[in-house]
Amino acid sequence: MSDSTAIANGALAEEHHEHPPYQRHHFQSVDQQFDATNFAMWLFLLTEIMFFGGLFMSYLLMRNWYYQAFVEGSHQLSIFWGTANTAVLIASSFTMAMGVWSAETRRKGSLLLFLSLTLMFGLIFLGIKGIEWHEKWEKHHVPGIHQYSEQAFLNPASDPEVYKEYHDRPLSPAMASKTEEYFFLYFAMTGMHALHMVVGVGILVFMIFRAKAGAFTSGHFTFVENFGLYWHFVDIIWIYLFALLYLISRH
Amino acid sequence: MDHISPVLWQFLDKWLTHFSLFPPEASKIAPESDALYFFMVLVSLVGLTIVVLLVVAFSILYNKKRHPRAVQIEGSTLLEATWTIIPLGLFLIMFVWGALLYFRIYTPPANAMNIYVVGKQWMWKIEHPGGQHEINMLHVPTGQAIQLTIISQDVFHSFSIPAFRVKREAIPGRYTTVWFEATTPGTYRLFCTQYCGTNHSQMIGDVIVMTPEDFKKWLESSTSGNSLAQDGERLFASLSCNACHNAQPDARGPSLVGVYDAQLTLATGETVTADDAYLRQAILDPAQHITQGYTPIMPTYQGQISEDGVIALVEYIKNLHTDYRLQETLNTTELPPNNEKKAPAPGQQPAAQKEVKP
Amino acid sequence: MSAPTIVSLPDPSTARIPKMNFLTRENGLLSWLLTGDHKRIATLYLISITFFFFIGGALAGLIRLELLTPQSDLMAADTYNKVFSMHGLIMVFLFLVPSVPATIGNFVIPMMVGAKDLALPKINLLSWYLYILAGGMMLYTMATGGVDTGWTFTTPLSTHYLNTNVVSAGLAVFVAGFSSIFTGLNFVVTIHKMRCPGMTWFRLPLFIWSNYAASILMILGTPVLAITLVLVVLERTVHIGVFDPAYGGDPLLFQHLFWFYSHPAVYIMILPGMGVISEVISTFSRKRVFGYTAVAFSSVAIAVFAFFVWAHHMFIMGISNYAALVFSLLTMMVAVPSAIKIFNWSFTLYKGSITFETPMLYAIGFMGLFTIGGMTGVFLGSTGTDIHLTETYFVVAHFHFVMVGGMLMAFLSGIHFWWPKWTGRMYPEKISQLAALVTFIGFNLTFFPQFILGTLGMPRRYAAYPPEFQVLNVFSTAGATVLGVGYLLPILYLTWSLKYGAIAGNNPWQATGLEWQTQSPPLTENFVEIPIMDHEAYDYEWLEQQQRKEVASVG
Repeated sequence: MSDSTAIANGALAEEHHEHPPYQRHHFQSVDQQFDATNFAMWLFLLTEIMFFGGLFMSYLLMRNWYYQAFVEGSHQLSIFWGTANTAVLIASSFTMAMGVWSAETRRKGSLLLFLSLTLMFGLIFLGIKGIEWHEKWEKHHVPGIHQYSEQAFLNPASDPEVYKEYHDRPLSPAMASKTEEYFFLYFAMTGMHALHMVVGVGILVFMIFRAKAGAFTSGHFTFVENFGLYWHFVDIIWIYLFALLYLISRH
Repeated sequence: MDHISPVLWQFLDKWLTHFSLFPPEASKIAPESDALYFFMVLVSLVGLTIVVLLVVAFSILYNKKRHPRAVQIEGSTLLEATWTIIPLGLFLIMFVWGALLYFRIYTPPANAMNIYVVGKQWMWKIEHPGGQHEINMLHVPTGQAIQLTIISQDVFHSFSIPAFRVKREAIPGRYTTVWFEATTPGTYRLFCTQYCGTNHSQMIGDVIVMTPEDFKKWLESSTSGNSLAQDGERLFASLSCNACHNAQPDARGPSLVGVYDAQLTLATGETVTADDAYLRQAILDPAQHITQGYTPIMPTYQGQISEDGVIALVEYIKNLHTDYRLQETLNTTELPPNNEKKAPAPGQQPAAQKEVKP
Repeated sequence: MSAPTIVSLPDPSTARIPKMNFLTRENGLLSWLLTGDHKRIATLYLISITFFFFIGGALAGLIRLELLTPQSDLMAADTYNKVFSMHGLIMVFLFLVPSVPATIGNFVIPMMVGAKDLALPKINLLSWYLYILAGGMMLYTMATGGVDTGWTFTTPLSTHYLNTNVVSAGLAVFVAGFSSIFTGLNFVVTIHKMRCPGMTWFRLPLFIWSNYAASILMILGTPVLAITLVLVVLERTVHIGVFDPAYGGDPLLFQHLFWFYSHPAVYIMILPGMGVISEVISTFSRKRVFGYTAVAFSSVAIAVFAFFVWAHHMFIMGISNYAALVFSLLTMMVAVPSAIKIFNWSFTLYKGSITFETPMLYAIGFMGLFTIGGMTGVFLGSTGTDIHLTETYFVVAHFHFVMVGGMLMAFLSGIHFWWPKWTGRMYPEKISQLAALVTFIGFNLTFFPQFILGTLGMPRRYAAYPPEFQVLNVFSTAGATVLGVGYLLPILYLTWSLKYGAIAGNNPWQATGLEWQTQSPPLTENFVEIPIMDHEAYDYEWLEQQQRKEVASVG
């Protein structure tokens, strides 16, 4: 090869240094890119922990002060649906992890399957949440905006389903009014969690389309991996919420 | 003098004769607060002088013309230690001194005379135990420890008397206290210092310090008739507190005779002191404050009674050393016959009520 | 005889701005609005925060005008309350928090670590859009009647007792918070993962250490403010919440949650400024910063301690005496690292070779004013004196000394220092030195009397005040006028310099630091090849060697 060709090739190589098309130009290597974006997602999850932390702090304080109200308020939640949702989310975390594995091992069909299952579980979770919230609405246990009713706490016998299971004692009027605080926190916490689920579901839909086009199964699966982290985090938050909101008197 | 305009002259005059760098020291604690303040000013001045001297001296000695070539110096552990330990030491002195001062100001002595302060948008209501009520004014005697029990009816306010060097937040939902002992008769400013809405800057007043004799005269001349405790007694009857808290053996509620500052065992097992804050909470949030041995049937009076009303009730209970007055209220109100053992709902008048004698 | 200077500019007759640079690489509005280039984003931020700074400054002018007289005669009390609230909100969240990090930090950090961009350019752009959204929401709040909660949103005033735009203001701050979080996140990832070969942690410029510490605070603290504001907004709209005593909530819970962020926030605001001071003092003394390790660790120490002192804003609010004790002790400890820095900077001057160009003037001003501001913080951190001084103008003076006398001066120092790198042109030295002096004088005249006002007992946030406070207020307003002039001048001459300033060349200040080894303005990708760091930070001997090599090769 003549010198000029070598020089030209050298120059060309410099312009398009040998790197995969998905490596962004400010990164020196694919590894650096993966490393950096992964670290960024962990940091973001750290901010989310601090974000939910404020809610957990408020919950801790109120539960400590108004324990009886929180106990009887929690009896109004359906352990059945709560457990179902927990199972659904844990299953979805499993399918998500399988999805990440599929992307890593370049199995497109597998990836599509697991992403779709995760999406399905996510939607089931939101559906069940909707059912639970609707039930709260019907029973007038939505604080502040829909004629909140303390009847079920002043006179537990008036709510036969719950009474059959727990045989709660009537709360004094002062304590009964604090159940509204319990439900405020219930809706704030599950609502914030549901918002994060909705965002997750939206990104899953986006990912399914991209996965179909083969975006994640040609060696560049960072997006799937990082989203997996996010999804697991949302799952963990739910597990805390389940324990704190539903299982107060069960120990 | 002719060429100085009258306006400017007034300005200068005020400036020269009324200028001060700190408010008058009108309480016992004020000089102590000022002592620490001046120590801090001194330390700050010394610190600032050192920094300024260093910067100015080095800037002159080592400016480029005089010292064209810099000498690279990594650092000096000794210097680092020095300027870490000395500032830390000075700050710790300020911490300890300040903490001692803080504890003094926020720990009222046992013999303090209590005055209630209720802040609301946008005024201060001051209530003396003898029944004297003031708005935006506080009369106090010299030579007597005064404790202020402060609460807000709506938002955060803050009760501040700069001349006494005391200040305390007025919080909705709980009492806060501060104490002082005034030393010099005179009139001093009283401010609200926590932003509380539109007329925050109008929520100011005067503290009028008088000699004990003058104060006594003032008390006598400005009483509205009933002491706070007497107002409280009225409320006690009209709100039917005496239906349960009647000191009878089969009473549904614990006897309140002598309960103030006593140790109470609650239904939860914990022991508390029945102070002002406890009594207030027990009236407004009884669910949390059930005495051991009694059932949680007391309704909450939240919304039925103002902070002034609560204060009156607390004063009444504080002064309940025997059950004589209590029995008097039972005589002057009639309860439903025994076989209808139900406390009337809050706010509802009991069956019959005769005139309550003052 | 002209003052000695280290400025070294290329020959004006032949000097040219490099044709290919980040400003000329692409043209058109979209190339700016969809950019990933950290330098363009920094420029967008610079324009935006300057805009909001002047709105906040105009509001300050209104405050000082009203306070000329004891009565509420310029505007109604309600209006005054809105003016100071908006002043605080805009200055804190739309100016001070993003000031150095989002402008200078964005511009310089990748170059300082030897990278071609920040780790997450799209997130960087998102940060700016969130900032613009927050700014828009804040302007909307102002236009539709303003908010009068104070920047502190104290409950229950903000949740139940006001009819103003609390919700839109709260949401605006919420959005601005996420802008800040993403900036901090980007910095931390970049500093961890994108350092060039040879760039160990202890070879990083101290500007990086300071911004790293501030970024940790942004990431961990800001989300707590976000959720607190969500709770306030919910309580306002749904009428039940955890802050209302009537329902069993606790207004003090809001205070704890709010100050858990807002105390670290003040260190978010000052730490990047301290980073600028390190760079400037080093460059204009031609010396490595004295005690590099101590200064680096003190930044981290401030960040750690920052999270444990929040209740010093609550000493008189009914926290227990013992809690007050603990927080006061920790506050004393957090003051020490700042003192360490001041002394280290002072000793950097020792046996240096000092010149007094504008960035250095601002830096020296910073040192004096920050010392006063910091020391008066100790007055407030000691519980006993805090009782007398809190909630008065003493606090107002304290935080303006550290924020305006400290942070704003550091910001201006940094802007002048990196201006030649950013634009390729020098600003005019004489008028900028004059502006620095005017600012310094105006600042002292404005805010020093406020210490005395506070000691005398004048409360904060008062639209009207008793007449005995007037004289000092008049001084303060007079100073504010001078200060205003001092801040207007840079706008004028910096804009002028864009067209008429002298061409700066790569390294007009003869500074060390990788950003000065590139062209001015830099290429979009900063470096043609990633550099290899083979020397310590602030290595002026290395710099001399470089310059000798250059002369030799050209000659």
